[in-house]
Amino acid sequence: MSTQVHTPLYEVFVRSKRGLDHKHVGSLHAEGPEQALEYARDCYTRRSEGVSIWVVKSGDITCSQEEDAASFYDPMEDKPYRHATHYVLPDSIKNM
Amino acid sequence: MTQFELETDELEQVFQKRIDDEQKIEPKDWMPEAYRQNLIRQMSQHAHSEIIGMQPEGNWIGRAPTLRRKMILLAKVQDEGGHGLYLYSATETLGITREEMVAALQSGAAKYASIFNYPSLTWADIGAIGWLVDGAAIVNQISLQRTSYGPYARAMVKICKEESFHQRQGYESLVALAKGSTEQKAMAQDALNRWWWPSLMMFGPHDAESANSARSMRWKIKRKSNDELRQAFVDQTIPQVEFLGLRVPDDDLLWNEERGHYDFGAIDWDEFARVINGNGICNKQRIAHHKKVHEQGSWVREAMRVHMRKVQDRNRIKEAS
Repeated sequence: MSTQVHTPLYEVFVRSKRGLDHKHVGSLHAEGPEQALEYARDCYTRRSEGVSIWVVKSGDITCSQEEDAASFYDPMEDKPYRHATHYVLPDSIKNM
Repeated sequence: MTQFELETDELEQVFQKRIDDEQKIEPKDWMPEAYRQNLIRQMSQHAHSEIIGMQPEGNWIGRAPTLRRKMILLAKVQDEGGHGLYLYSATETLGITREEMVAALQSGAAKYASIFNYPSLTWADIGAIGWLVDGAAIVNQISLQRTSYGPYARAMVKICKEESFHQRQGYESLVALAKGSTEQKAMAQDALNRWWWPSLMMFGPHDAESANSARSMRWKIKRKSNDELRQAFVDQTIPQVEFLGLRVPDDDLLWNEERGHYDFGAIDWDEFARVINGNGICNKQRIAHHKKVHEQGSWVREAMRVHMRKVQDRNRIKEAS
């Protein structure tokens, strides 16, 4: 009984204003990218929430997993010198 | 989806109105070809500067005086590579490829900040680069956070946030030298002597002589003029020089009460022209090194391509069975 065909899932990103990044707002099913774009307009921008929409097939997204966090991010924890606050400057020095 | 049939001058009006209204231009918008070319030139030059700028600093990673200084320098150079990447990617949204940009750098068709054609001779130069060169770059980049092209503005926001440690680590390291032995203090003064004028040149020619300035300002690619930015840098840096107990190599430097700014001496524009046109101390070395490393890395790129092909072939066989 595994012959059922699933409509592909798309992730939707909306740019709320010129100059800002596209931000993930949700997902939807559609047969193709053009249709996904139209659905996204109907579903996610009914109140003029955006000026531009991106749709990306969910299956095309490669992502890291929460369980990978240790190998991905732990090495950053012992590098405080990457932050400006690590450097103590004399009080009289401003603008830096 | 809707096709608007507009004449070029109407499109230009829409474009200019958007800019006048402080709206950003985004990659898929119509834009005048000259705007696109101007951005490609400026942004790729900015990206090349980040990448070539890794060389004078990389020169001292193996010779940093302490492990702490070495880790800091390594992290800074790593940041510069990342900043080059942000800027190349943002430039690619204008329809030019990474390969074309790298080729233009290597052929000399594209420029990079002339200051990186000066050698880093002593450890104090590393402090001076962080403090003065990154300091000057930050003054410019803060104003570019408001540039009219969206991807460039967003890259600048990210870069400015990461860059704040670069200048501080440089200054901190010069404070250490300035408080040190007579020799160390002399080394700090020598670095300031050599990096001061090239840092002021980083802002480019005077406004009256700057070829693209007026149009760039109208298009809001540039938000402040070369001279305004240079003055801001001098004003904020002189108190920092004084705290170190050092002196800038400029007999004409004087606080002007009336203007509320420092006056400073004439910049040697002949030197600037010489260096930008390829005849600085390190121009040939910088490009030769870039080419060498790029060629040395070609087997890695080739290996990645072959590996990816193999993975795809394996997956296809798996799917078919």
